[in-house]
Order: sequence, then structure tokens, then C-alpha cells
Amino acid sequence: MRSLPLRSWKERLLYTPQAEPETRSRIRAVTDSLILHVHPAKVPVSALRFTYTWALGGISATLALLLLVTGVLLMFRYEPTIERAYTSIQQLETQVVFGSLVRAIHHWSANLLVLTTFLHLLRVFLTGGYKKGRAVNWLIGIGLMLLVLLFNFTGYLLPWDQLAYWAITVSTSLISYVPVIGPTISRVALAGPEVGQGALSNFYALHVAVLPVMTTAALGYHFWRVRKDGGISRPEREEGRAERVTTMPHLVRRELAVAAAVIAAIVIWGMLQPAPLAELANPTRSPNPAKAAWFFVGLQELLLHMDTLAAMALIVLVLGGMVILPRWDRHEENIGIYFRSPAGRRSALLGALLSIDLVPLLVFADEAWIDLPAMFPAWPTLVSNGLIPLAGALIGLAAVYAIPRKVFKANHSEALVGLFSFLMASLVVLTIIGNIFRGPNMALVLPF
Amino acid sequence: MCENHRQDRLDKPLHTELPEGHTLSRRDFMKVGIGALGALAVLELGGVSLMFLQSRSQEGEFGDTITAGPVDNFPAGSVTEFTDGRFFLLRAPDGGFLALHNRCPHLGCTVTWEPHLDRFLCPCHASTFDFYGNFDNPPVPRPLDAFSVRIQDGVVLVDTFELRRRENFAPEQLTYA
Repeated sequence: MRSLPLRSWKERLLYTPQAEPETRSRIRAVTDSLILHVHPAKVPVSALRFTYTWALGGISATLALLLLVTGVLLMFRYEPTIERAYTSIQQLETQVVFGSLVRAIHHWSANLLVLTTFLHLLRVFLTGGYKKGRAVNWLIGIGLMLLVLLFNFTGYLLPWDQLAYWAITVSTSLISYVPVIGPTISRVALAGPEVGQGALSNFYALHVAVLPVMTTAALGYHFWRVRKDGGISRPEREEGRAERVTTMPHLVRRELAVAAAVIAAIVIWGMLQPAPLAELANPTRSPNPAKAAWFFVGLQELLLHMDTLAAMALIVLVLGGMVILPRWDRHEENIGIYFRSPAGRRSALLGALLSIDLVPLLVFADEAWIDLPAMFPAWPTLVSNGLIPLAGALIGLAAVYAIPRKVFKANHSEALVGLFSFLMASLVVLTIIGNIFRGPNMALVLPF
Repeated sequence: MCENHRQDRLDKPLHTELPEGHTLSRRDFMKVGIGALGALAVLELGGVSLMFLQSRSQEGEFGDTITAGPVDNFPAGSVTEFTDGRFFLLRAPDGGFLALHNRCPHLGCTVTWEPHLDRFLCPCHASTFDFYGNFDNPPVPRPLDAFSVRIQDGVVLVDTFELRRRENFAPEQLTYA
């Protein structure tokens, strides 16, 4: 073997000469230290429990990576002009090899990401992951959630079909009701009197350049901060004497397994279910019903029941409450325990059940019987249709907070769990009603 | 020893006494100057970017003067839709013309004219508007926006480059031949 030069050439081409054991361990050390920039060397066993994190952060990160890769691929084929956008998507769906699959992976990953980041936020709230020095990362997380929504929102317009066109028209009209800054944001976003080439260029540039840069920076900080805060939250009593295992392989292998499962699931789903594409955008005729992007439909549903300013005030209050949450809820016991305590668990259940019962009932009652402006004809609609429902909502929220405190003897933090559960369940219920139970003229219909 | 030495240096005042009659040290002048120049540069670049982005919005997508047709084409009490111009041309029973934007001022959906109801209907929230664009029910904040109408040599022209917001319909919004 050693005597044949041909053989040795082949060997050189096909096999890298076996590295010395010393070199291999050095390479290993470099990759390990890369991983250790994100993860600590050892992690507590309790932080690895799947039923604690549900791997929601990891799933979201995997989806972000999938979106990046498929998004770059799509950029090579997509043309951001109102004349060519729809055609280029059609070509992607019908002519480009694997075009439909790549677009489907991008589409479904993006929509799933809205869900997983929302659930991730729920998980962090319910386990008190924003307490004890983790306040900054809670804020970054809220910012990332908004970035995900912006990503989905800007991406929504790009196919330039009827669904995209009118969803963005309705959504930008919604934005223009935000007090003070709303009209300016809406005007700048549209860059014209209605959704057109200006809006498409804006949304494209935001979607493929501005938002990715912002998200990469924020995501990098988010990960680094978890490491800096001593890993993810966990029960206090364990701290110090918790059993720890090495990150490699225990954590890294789990992460890889989750990533592989997510990728496999998305690819299979994408093969079975291509991304939807409606007919070409027609600025002269809106479909009936015209709905906002699905994740904003909950807000659109809210607008059916109260004046826009009142609905905006409610949204701003809820979002503001989430931002100041680390200062609002300073009970530092029971970190790392779902729902804090049995009292917290009961509050959460009460909040969620109240919302699931009350919200559909109120929606139906408002549709069928209640007509506030007609009941108070003497008052301006801003009062009868704005202040009255807003006050009603706030009194209801106060009650959702007060009942657990009185009945379950819950402390402030546990009662907040109930309030938060109520709000999040209401958001979900409103989104479901708006997306599924609203038909032509936005009338309530049964989907089956 | 070394620590003490560093402490000594830090304890020393950064600025020595200013010469008589001076209120600003050279170092402070440089600091403020560089800061001001930096702020100016940021403002300039920001302004450049904003103006760069703004130029597009002035082009307008449908903002031309649309020739609707001879006055006699539109009988009194008629509603004619011009889909490309994004407006309805109305002729009031007394012969006055009014051009209404075909988008609902609430969420921007297109409204349709329903002759049997004598109303404009927005499909998004089932909002309705009367012949002159006044709204009937509350989610809508204001009547349908209007474009200005001119009549030249018996031909109706509609300027679609500027939307006029209205509080309510008033007879002076009508244009007569």
C-alpha cells in the first residue's frame, strides 16, 4: 500500500490525516468554549427538567434560525415591487424546485414563533423568572416579542395578495388610532396615501435588514444575560446545594434533540401544507370580511366593542403593567415554582376560567343586546362607547385581582398571577373569536 | 504601594487652576466642542435619512386629476363609482356634485353603494353611511372623506391628490355646474 503513489493520492483526497489526539482535544476545547460563552459549565439538574421550561426558548431560537436560513433563500427569488411581488411568489410555488417547501417552512416557522414566544413569556411569568435581577432580561424579552410581531407584520404584506393587502390596510388604520404618535407611524409606514409601492419597499427593507439586525443584537444580549444572571430561574431552596451536571453533554444534547425535532416537524408540516396564497391584491375591492393580521385580530375584536381610544388605553395599560411587572411584584419567595403556591394556582385557574366564560358571553351580549350609544343618546360616543366600557373593563380587572386576595387569602404576587391569567386567556379568547367566529360584515358566525 | 500611588493620582484634581479671566478650560472646551459637533452630525445624518425616505410619499399613487365626464352623464340623485380614482361621484337631487373617497375612515376597507338601502356599506364592521357620507353608527370616527370637484366647460373633474376630512356634511361642500 505504501508503495503505490496512486493509492496514496486517493488517500490524501478522501481522508484527512488523523489529527494527533492533542490537536483534537484542542479543537474540542475551542468549540466547548464557544458553547460556554452562552452556557455555564455546569447546570442544576432542576433547570434541565422539560416540564419546567417546555424548551420554549430553545424552540423559539431554532425557529429563528430556520427563518434566517429560509429567509435568505427567499430573498434570492422574491422581487419587492408591486408589479412583480405576487408573480415571483407564484413562480416560487409552481416553478422553483423546492420553492414551495422553502416558503412553507418560512411561513409556518414565523407563525409558530408568535405562539412559542407568547408561551415562553407565559412560562417566565408563571415561574417568576423576572424576579431577583432578571428584570432586565424580562424587558428584553418583551422587546423581542414585539420584534417577532413586527417581523410577522412586515412579512405579512410581502406576498402582495388580497389577504396581505387588506390585513395591512386594516392594521395600519388601527395603528393610526394610537394617540399622539399613531398617525405619524402609520404615515411613515405607508409612505403614501394608501398601501402601495412605498409601503412594500418599507416593509421589505424593515423585514430583511432592519429587524434582523435589531433582533440579532437583542437575542445575543438575551442569551448572554441568562448566563450572566446565573442561568434560568429555579426554586430558591435548591440554590447552593442543587445537584449539578456538566453542560456538555447534558444540556447541549438536549438542545440539539429539541432543535432536530422542531426542524423535522416543521419540514414535514411544510411538505403537507404549503403556505397559503390568495388572489392578487386588489386595492379597489376589499374582501368581506377584511381582517387584520391574525395576531392583531384580537385587538380588532376589541374595537368592535369599544371606542378605539378606549381599546388603545386598555392595551397600553396592559403592556405598561407587563413592563413595570418586576417593580410591581417584588415578592421574591417561590421563584421557580409554577403559579407560586396553591393559592396562586387557584387564582390562575379562577382567572382563566372567568375569562373563558365571561369574554365570549360579553362578546355575544354586546352583539345581540347591548348598544351603549343608543342607551345613552345624550352623551357623546367617546363617553358612552369609550369611557363606560373602559371603566367596566378596569372594574372587572380589579375584581379579578381582589377575589383571590379575599377568598384564597392570596398575597399580592399570587393575585397578580390570577390577573395575568385572566388577561392572557382573554387575549387568546378574543383572538380565537375574531379569527374563527367572525364572518361577512364581521358578524358572529359558526365556523362549522 | 502601587495601589497608593494610583489613589494619589485619582485624588488630584483633574483641572488645575484656570488662569485669571478664563471660565472654561481647554479640555472642557474640547469636550463640549466635540460633543456639539457630534450631535450636529447625528442631526444632519438623521435629517438626510428622513428627507431621503420622505421623497417617496410625495409622489402619490393615485393623486391625479380625474376626468369624470360631462355633467349631463350624471342624473340628479345618482352615485357613480370610479374604482381607479378611488371615489364615488354623487349628484345631489339639487344638482350639486360631491366626490367621496371609497374607503371607510374607520379601518380603511372599501365601501360599496347599496341602492336598495340608500346607504354606503363598509364590510369590515357593517358600518353604514348615508348619501352624503354621514355615518350612522359609532365605530366610525367621521364621515367619508371627500375630494374636491371642479367643473370646466361642462365636464366634471375630480382632484384626487388631497383628501378633505369633514366633520359633517354641509351644503357648501357641493359643487354646482
